[in-house]
Amino acid sequence: MFKYIIRRLIQTIPVLIGVSLFVFSMMHLVPGDPAQIMAGESAPEQQVENIRERLGLNEPLHVQYLKYVTNAVQGDLGNSVRSGRDVSAEVGARFWVTVELAIYSTILAVFIGLIAGVISATKKYTISDTFIMLIALFGLSMPNFWLGLMLIQWFAIGFDLPGWIPFIEKTSWFKPSGWGSFQQVVLPVITLGTGSAAIIARMTRSSMLDVINQDYIRTARAKGVKERIVIYRHALKNALIPVVTVVGLQFGGLLGGAAITESVFAINGMGKLVIDAIAARDFPIVQGTILVIALLFVFVNLFVDITYRFLNKRIDLD
Amino acid sequence: MKQTSQLMDGSNLSPMPPDLNPKAKYRRVLFYKFMRNKTALIGGILIILFIFITIFGSIIAPYDPYTQDIINKLQGPSSDHWFGTDNFGRDIFSRVIHGTSITLFIGFSSVILGATVGVLLGIISGYYGGRIDSIIMRLMDVLLAFPGILLALAIVTILGGSTMNVVYAVAISSIPVFARVVRGSTLSVKKLEYIDAMKALGASDIRIIFKHIFPNITSPLIVQATLYIATAILSASGLSFLGLGAQPPDPEWGAMLSDGRSYLYNAPHVALFPGLAIVVVVLAFNMLGDGLRDAFDPKTKE
Repeated sequence: MFKYIIRRLIQTIPVLIGVSLFVFSMMHLVPGDPAQIMAGESAPEQQVENIRERLGLNEPLHVQYLKYVTNAVQGDLGNSVRSGRDVSAEVGARFWVTVELAIYSTILAVFIGLIAGVISATKKYTISDTFIMLIALFGLSMPNFWLGLMLIQWFAIGFDLPGWIPFIEKTSWFKPSGWGSFQQVVLPVITLGTGSAAIIARMTRSSMLDVINQDYIRTARAKGVKERIVIYRHALKNALIPVVTVVGLQFGGLLGGAAITESVFAINGMGKLVIDAIAARDFPIVQGTILVIALLFVFVNLFVDITYRFLNKRIDLD
Repeated sequence: MKQTSQLMDGSNLSPMPPDLNPKAKYRRVLFYKFMRNKTALIGGILIILFIFITIFGSIIAPYDPYTQDIINKLQGPSSDHWFGTDNFGRDIFSRVIHGTSITLFIGFSSVILGATVGVLLGIISGYYGGRIDSIIMRLMDVLLAFPGILLALAIVTILGGSTMNVVYAVAISSIPVFARVVRGSTLSVKKLEYIDAMKALGASDIRIIFKHIFPNITSPLIVQATLYIATAILSASGLSFLGLGAQPPDPEWGAMLSDGRSYLYNAPHVALFPGLAIVVVVLAFNMLGDGLRDAFDPKTKE
């Protein structure tokens, strides 16, 4: 087990190098002079030169890359070209907002997904199964920015059109923007979590169906074990193993998906930071935030792999 | 066993009497399974409908999607304007109709591009193994290290926002997905005896790859491609929603939704209909993909 963890850590190194190379190159792959783009087209030559000097863009590329990585490892991601503020501080201030959003959404998705998946599997080919799977298919197909807008419409704003869905009036159950209070958290979490809930429900269902058909479940039933215990203690335990991987991947995916949700609900997280910075052509911020999210995702995946290995000792991941 | 015989079907090694031709029989079974699968059938019909709308869009749409009519702006659905009008008084129904072609174009072209590159990388990786395999797969790992829409977002940042650049961004994000699926299938096909037989007969690598491996990995590939069109449409409309994709005044659904968000208070229909259109298209591809997967799956009987 220890050996496995060490080997997995070593395997992560080339990925980390690749990620840092990609993020570093972003600024240089943009057609045109990055300093000119950041300064703005009509900026005076002196200002462009200042930016170039400040970001060290006059040095050879490999020197720039080495500097970037050395600084990044020490927690220095450079400064915003717009506000001049420290990128690490900017990202750090928003880090937990995005992580919180992703964690709450994952919890919601796991909770709903597992229940729905188990019900669907135990009542397979019944109306409840079909209904749940249909809802899951919808959940999977819904763009979350649209879901977010619709939730805002129905539960935070309401309708003000006479004759247009008259039974819903102005509502203020939840808040359409911001992050922190319960009223602000509910809608974004539903928005971000729905897709994952659908995926987890489908995964749980098929995993449960695989397990339920196995011999040891038949043996348990033959022994006269109560059906509830067969399902929840014998079957679910093994059915959950593949689900764990999906949950881990989903959590990581939600870190990326948070960009859109944060933008819809005006939440000051890392996602909104990236999107605002893209619009402002503030490359150090874009690079720093993308780097942090990618690293977080890589380590979450590493953790999931190790957990998976731990849960399922039969599987040899060599 | 069943899986093996299914995989063998694509090869021409064992000539059969015409009435027992396993290829034709397999196709008939597939078709039968597919037709019995109602979700897949509905998905397929919806997609055909959307393609029809794309072709005849300008005939179906009652108004020009770009003509502004400021006096009648932000009006709710009526018999004149089925989906109402937007903030410039443009007919939303006509814009949704015209947007279909943009959405399908992005979905199909990004998946075709991404799948072509991904299939090549995946086959090379799986067939040759060794160092080439490790290099390609580590590269794919790097691309996969950017969760969700983040990679596409980064690429669009580099390329700049436009419909074509969204296609490239989504295509590049899809490469590792296809490479992995294809590599896995290639590995399992490569182990089969008839590949060894072909090698012993002196067939070149290229010939083996294209004539004997590729035809046998098409089923998982088709399923993956169909499902990925759904994902691609979601990502692309998400990028446009963020203002990084199709630019106004193009009637792209994500961009239309983005316009609509400013009018949630007094004109909720502006955001409603483009979103519904995305849901239906994505749903159709997901249904078709699910159905194809069931049809190709040797575990489901008949």
